[in-house]
Amino acid sequence: MKAHVLIAGEARGEVLALSHPISFWGGVDPRTGDIIDARHPERGKNIGGKILALPGMIGSSSAAAVMLELIHAGKAPAALIMPEPDAILLLGVIVAHEMEWPNCPAFALDKTSQKTLHGKTIHIASDGEIKI
Amino acid sequence: MALHFTKDDEAILAGHKGMGAKMALRIVAETARLMSAPRLIPIASAHIDGALYHGDSGTLFAEKLVEGEAKVAVRSTLNVGALDLMGCSKQRLPPHERDMAKRMMRAYEKMGCEPSWTCSPYQAGHRPALGSDVAWGESNAVVFCNSVLGARTNRYGDFLDIACAIAGRAPDYGLHRTENRRARFVIDVSGLSEQLRRADIFYPVLGTWFGLEMTNDIGVVDGLQGFPNEDNLKAFGAASASSGGVGLFHIAGVTPEAPTVEAALQGQKPEKVIRVTIDMVLGALKRLSNASSEAIDAIAIGSPHLSLDETHALLTLLNGRKVARPFFACTGRHVLRAIEADGTRSKLESLGITIVADTCVVVTPMLPEGGGVLMTNSGKFAHYATGNTGYTVQYGSLKDCVESAVSGHVIRDGGLWQ
Repeated sequence: MKAHVLIAGEARGEVLALSHPISFWGGVDPRTGDIIDARHPERGKNIGGKILALPGMIGSSSAAAVMLELIHAGKAPAALIMPEPDAILLLGVIVAHEMEWPNCPAFALDKTSQKTLHGKTIHIASDGEIKI
Repeated sequence: MALHFTKDDEAILAGHKGMGAKMALRIVAETARLMSAPRLIPIASAHIDGALYHGDSGTLFAEKLVEGEAKVAVRSTLNVGALDLMGCSKQRLPPHERDMAKRMMRAYEKMGCEPSWTCSPYQAGHRPALGSDVAWGESNAVVFCNSVLGARTNRYGDFLDIACAIAGRAPDYGLHRTENRRARFVIDVSGLSEQLRRADIFYPVLGTWFGLEMTNDIGVVDGLQGFPNEDNLKAFGAASASSGGVGLFHIAGVTPEAPTVEAALQGQKPEKVIRVTIDMVLGALKRLSNASSEAIDAIAIGSPHLSLDETHALLTLLNGRKVARPFFACTGRHVLRAIEADGTRSKLESLGITIVADTCVVVTPMLPEGGGVLMTNSGKFAHYATGNTGYTVQYGSLKDCVESAVSGHVIRDGGLWQ
């Protein structure tokens, strides 16, 4: 399986494929990486160190700030997978580069393929090649 | 596709206009690359959502721009911060967080942004012209700007908004382009009662349904001709951008790019026509409340920030009665000045209302400690309150909120939904 590279880098980790779109602001605690959205099916799970697969993004435009804070606090996912590039969430990663803080590589992959990876430990190479 | 840089861009990227300008343009250009935008376009204004404290990282970023002598190149208003700098209300930020939040707010002011500190900038005199390109952040402001004003903006996240404001330019993609503003769905609400379509509470509820149904697709609503006022459109958009990721909606005969349904569809056939039933609306209404108790602990209104009319409506509905629970009315300085001048502020405060300026109850700790049940008429507060404050929610109209605040338990007028 190969994902399209959005933000270059490689990552290894367990895939947490969310079953529903999420708003990072109000949905993820920026200090801990816990999912806190009361209505989200994966409430209570932690995204830190996971390869986080997102079926879509909703809600507030403050998601970038939460993403940057997660990176700064060392609670960011190991990588992001999304169906298409999201200019809000990925801004957190772009700004982290400008601040010379750690990277969080990002890849585009369709929702159906995302689901098949849930719970598996994978390696994503810098060219987007996924190995389970 | 490589982005074309002008001579000026190259000078900025070489650092000739300061490190802040260089960093801003690099961020705009990197976003353009990610979104496959072929070029950068000039913008007329910006609304900056980046000055809300979420942690130290955002303050450090803003201060790095200030240190690099960055200044905004276009009119830039500021969304809410984490502190009420007007001193109307109190926030429980610990000393470190308070200091960092204040430093952040000051850093954005130093870059030349206007200290508007409101999520309703479009009611504070910032109304870009129909068809102009702008870079706005804050989901409710974005959807209002696109839909009601007909100016063109993508949903600018934190950091990209200030970066575009400094660069004076934005990546050309998404809702900046006419073809991407076409409605693909028709939402027919003409089967709902006139009484309902005339009610304030209908709009955040319909907006919640619309956001869930559309996620981030564009729909044109038919059947509201002559009904919604500007505050209704504000509430509809804010709710749709909370339950979904709506950046633009059309309402036939109401919003500027939809004189007719056909105009909003840009002459093409809709992919789907959805006839909205009362059951669909009731489903969205039910979703907005998640509290099990009928006893309420606090009330909050004003997301988006209250207009002057809405503060007057609150005073009228109170009709001289004092509230029995803490009641927060969130608004901006533009309204605060007006209600100080016309006496509304002192009347509301004498009835127990806490006016909140510059910020709001779901972005910073200010609701009474210990949690409980929050009543609100805002679709956006209803969506975010539990995750951000721990409070569960009872949803109702402004009138329901006032009656419940006076009595201390939920009182609702259910007649509307028959």
